[in-house]
Amino acid sequence: MKKDINKQDKSTGLMGWVDERFPLSSFIKNHLTEYYAPKNFNFWYFFGALALFVFVVQILTGIFLTMYYKPDASQAFASVEFIMRDVSFGWLIRYMHSTGASLFFVVIYLHMFRGLMYGSYQKPRELLWLFGVAIFLLLMAEAFFGYLLPWGQMSYWGAQVIVNLFATIPFIGPDLAEWVRGDYLVSDATLNRFFAFHVIALPLALAGLIMCHLVALHEVGSNNPDGVEIKNLKDKKTGIPLDGIPFHPYYTVKDLIGLSVFLIVFASIIFFAPEMGGYFLEANNFVPADPLVTPSHIAPVWYFTPFYSILRAVPPIFGSQFPGVAAMGLSVLIFFFIPWLDRSKVRSIRYKGILYKKWLAAFVISFIVLGYLGTVPSNIWGQFSSTIPLLGGLDVATFFARIFTLVYFLFFIMMPFYSKKDVTKKVPKRVTMR
Amino acid sequence: MKIFITFLTLFSLNSFSAENVELSKAPIDLTDNQSLQRGAKTFVNYCLNCHSANYMRYSNLIDIGLSADTIKRDLMLNGDKIGDTMSVNMPVKESKKWFGVTPPDLSVVARSRGADWIYSYMRGFYRDPSRAMGWNNTVLLNSAMPHILWELQGEQTLNPKTKNLETFTSGKLNTKEYDSLVADLTNYLVYMSEPDQLKRKKMGYYVIGFLLLLLLLTINLKKEYWRDIK
Amino acid sequence: MAKNNKKFDINRRKFLLAATSATGAVGVCALGVPFVSSMSPSEKAKAAGAPVEFDVSQVPSGEIKTAEWRGQPVWIFNRTEKMLSTLSDKKILTDPESKSPQQPKNCQNATRSIKPNLLVMVGICTHLGCSPTPKLKNGGEMGNNWEGGFFCPCHGSKFDLAGRVYKGSPAPTNLVIPPYRYSDDKTIIIGESEPKKG
Repeated sequence: MKKDINKQDKSTGLMGWVDERFPLSSFIKNHLTEYYAPKNFNFWYFFGALALFVFVVQILTGIFLTMYYKPDASQAFASVEFIMRDVSFGWLIRYMHSTGASLFFVVIYLHMFRGLMYGSYQKPRELLWLFGVAIFLLLMAEAFFGYLLPWGQMSYWGAQVIVNLFATIPFIGPDLAEWVRGDYLVSDATLNRFFAFHVIALPLALAGLIMCHLVALHEVGSNNPDGVEIKNLKDKKTGIPLDGIPFHPYYTVKDLIGLSVFLIVFASIIFFAPEMGGYFLEANNFVPADPLVTPSHIAPVWYFTPFYSILRAVPPIFGSQFPGVAAMGLSVLIFFFIPWLDRSKVRSIRYKGILYKKWLAAFVISFIVLGYLGTVPSNIWGQFSSTIPLLGGLDVATFFARIFTLVYFLFFIMMPFYSKKDVTKKVPKRVTMR
Repeated sequence: MKIFITFLTLFSLNSFSAENVELSKAPIDLTDNQSLQRGAKTFVNYCLNCHSANYMRYSNLIDIGLSADTIKRDLMLNGDKIGDTMSVNMPVKESKKWFGVTPPDLSVVARSRGADWIYSYMRGFYRDPSRAMGWNNTVLLNSAMPHILWELQGEQTLNPKTKNLETFTSGKLNTKEYDSLVADLTNYLVYMSEPDQLKRKKMGYYVIGFLLLLLLLTINLKKEYWRDIK
Repeated sequence: MAKNNKKFDINRRKFLLAATSATGAVGVCALGVPFVSSMSPSEKAKAAGAPVEFDVSQVPSGEIKTAEWRGQPVWIFNRTEKMLSTLSDKKILTDPESKSPQQPKNCQNATRSIKPNLLVMVGICTHLGCSPTPKLKNGGEMGNNWEGGFFCPCHGSKFDLAGRVYKGSPAPTNLVIPPYRYSDDKTIIIGESEPKKG
C-alpha cells in the first residue's frame, strides 16, 4: 500500500486554495470520511439514502417536465400527452416522475418502519424524528398537489374531495375550502396555484427540511439495529467510536448496492409496468377532467389510502363529517408524539419484549389492511345481514376498517403502557454483527 | 357540508353494475404490423368520422411499417400534412346535437378502458328500438354511440330471456371475419394509446442488463472494502 | 483508519473501484441522453417546421410574395431581366461570390438561385434579425446610386437584388437562402433540397 496518506494536515493545490475560502475539506471529513457510523447496519439502513436519491430524481425530472407542461385547465391534459408522445424521450421522463412519486412513498414508509423497529426516535434523536415526520407531511402535500396536474378524472375528483375535507371544519370550513380552490369548484385557478406549490414552494421547503434532517443526524450520529450508542465506547487514543467505521468508503460502497437494487426495481416498473396495474397511473386518469361527470369509483392514490380508510371508517357524528377528517389528520400527526409515547428502556426491537413486537405487528397489519380497503369501494365484501343486531346492514369492509382504525390508534395511545410494562432483554455493550 | 356528503356517498357508491359485464379477451399483438395497419385503416375509415385522436400524428404510423406516401394516399382523408394530428372534421356542436354527447377523443382510450373492453364493446351492439339511434350495447348500457360497423357485422338482437346476443340479419362479414376486424382495430387503439410502448420495453431489457452488471460490480466492490471490517 | 491487519489485494480494490466508477459514469451519461434530447424540437415543432409548398407561378414578374417557413418570412422574388442586370456590379459588395455558406450549394452562383429569375430568400437581416424592406426601384429616397435592393430599417444594412450585403453595412454576411427544390415547373418546396425518402 502506498504511504501517501500523510498529507492530512493541510491540503495544497486547488483544494488548499478552496479551503482557505470555503470549508470544503472539513465538510468532506465531517460528513463522509470521518463521519463514523455504526458498523452493523443492515439493509433497512438503505432507505434513507434511497429517499434522498428519489428526491433528486423527482427534482431533476420535474424540471424537465416543467419545460413542456402547461398549468392551464384547457391545456394541461393535452400537454401531458404531448410530453408522452411528441417530446423526445418525454415518456421516459414522465414515467420516471410518476413512478418516482410512488416509490418515494415506498421508500419513506420503509424508512419510517425502520425507525419504529430500532427506536431511532428515542433520546437524543427526537428532533431528528420530528424533522422526518415533517418531511413526510410535506411530501404528502407535494404528492397531492402534483396529482392534480395531469388534469385527468382521478386528478380532478381526488382534489375535489380532499379540498372538500376542509369544508367540514366547523364554522370556517366552507370559506376555507373556497379560498383553497380560488373558485366554487376545482378549476383553472386551483390548478395554477397547485402547480406553484408543487414546483416551487414545497420542493424548496422539502430541501430545507431534508438539510435539517441530515444536520441533526450527523450531530447525534446514526442509531443501529442494536440500539447501542456507539459514542459511549471510544478508542482512547483516537477518540473514534470502537464500533464506528467511516461512512466513506464503507457505507458509500454499501449504499451503491442498495442503489443498484433499487434502480433495477425502478427501471422494471418504468419500462415494463409504468401503470403498475393501475396503482401508479390510474386508468381513469387517462380521461380528461370533466366537472360534470364523476367516475363511478374514485379512490386516492395507493399511498394515501390507509389514511383515507380511516376517514371513511369514522361515522359522522351529529351529521358532521368532521370527526372522520379529524381522525385522518390525527392518524398522520400522531407520529410526531412517538418519542414521548415510548417509555421503553431499550431502543431496538431486538431487545424489546414480546408486547412491543405484537403491537408493532398489529400496527403494520392495520396499516396494510386499511391501505387495501382504501383502494376499493366499501361494499366490496358485501353487507351484514339485517338480522344481526348492531351490525345489520353495515358494510363488512367498513366494519373491518373500523376495527383496524382502532388498532392503528391503540398502537400509539397504549404505547406508554405496554412499552413500560414490556419485559426487555439486556442490551450488549457493543454492537453485534448478524 | 352538503357537497361533501354527496362526495362521500359517491365514494361509497360504486356502480360496478355496468362494469360487471364479462369481457372477452382481446387478442393483442403489437408486433403484428399487418394487423396494426388493417386496424389503422378501419380506424380512419369509420371511427375518425366522429372521434378525434388529437394527440396522434399521422407520421407516427411510419413506425407500423407504412410509408409516408401510403399514409398520405390511403389514410389522410382530411389532413394535409403528414405531421398533422388525427383531428376530426365534425364540429363539436354538431356532434353534440346528434348524439347528445361529444364523441370522446380516442387517443388514449385503450389506457382508460382497456383492450378487452373495446374488443367486447365493438362486438356488443344490438338493435334496440327504444334508443334514439336504434342501438344499444351490452358492455356500455345505453351507449350514445350508434353501431358504425353494422353493415359489416349485420344486426344482432338481445334475447330477453337468455340475455345472449343473437344474429338478426347477417352483414358483409361472417362472425370470424368481423371478430378479426375488431381485433385489428383494438390492436391499433392499444398501439395508438402509447406509440412508443414497444420501444420502451425493448429499451428496458438493455437498461436492466446494464443495471445487473452494475449490481455485480458494486457487490464485489463492497465485499472488497468490507474485508477491513471485523 | 481501517484495521487492515488482514492483507488485501490493492490491485483488485483499485480495479473494482475503476470498473464501478466507469460503469457508473457510462450509466450517468446514458441517463443524460434522454434529458438533453428532450430539449430538442418536439414532433409538433418538427411538424410545424416541415417543408412548405409554394406555387411560384402566382408571383408576377418584378414582385415579391412571402411564404412562411419555420416561422420565418421567406421571400419568393420573381426578378426581371433588368433587375438581374444590376447584379454584375460587384465592387460595392462584401461577398460578391457568395463564399460564406449562407446558401445551399446549388445556389452559390451569380444570381443566388436555382432558376436565374426566381430568388427564394429568408427575409431576415443577418445583423440582428430585423426584416429588411424591399426597395426594388433604383434611385429615389435611397439616393441616386441605388440600383434596387433591400434596406434594413433597424441599422441601415443594404443588400442588392440577390440579397448580397453592401460593404460598410452592419450586417456581416449575405441574406440566407433556404434549401428548396422544384417539385414541378411551378411549385417549389421550401425546406428540403432533395425529395424525402420513405
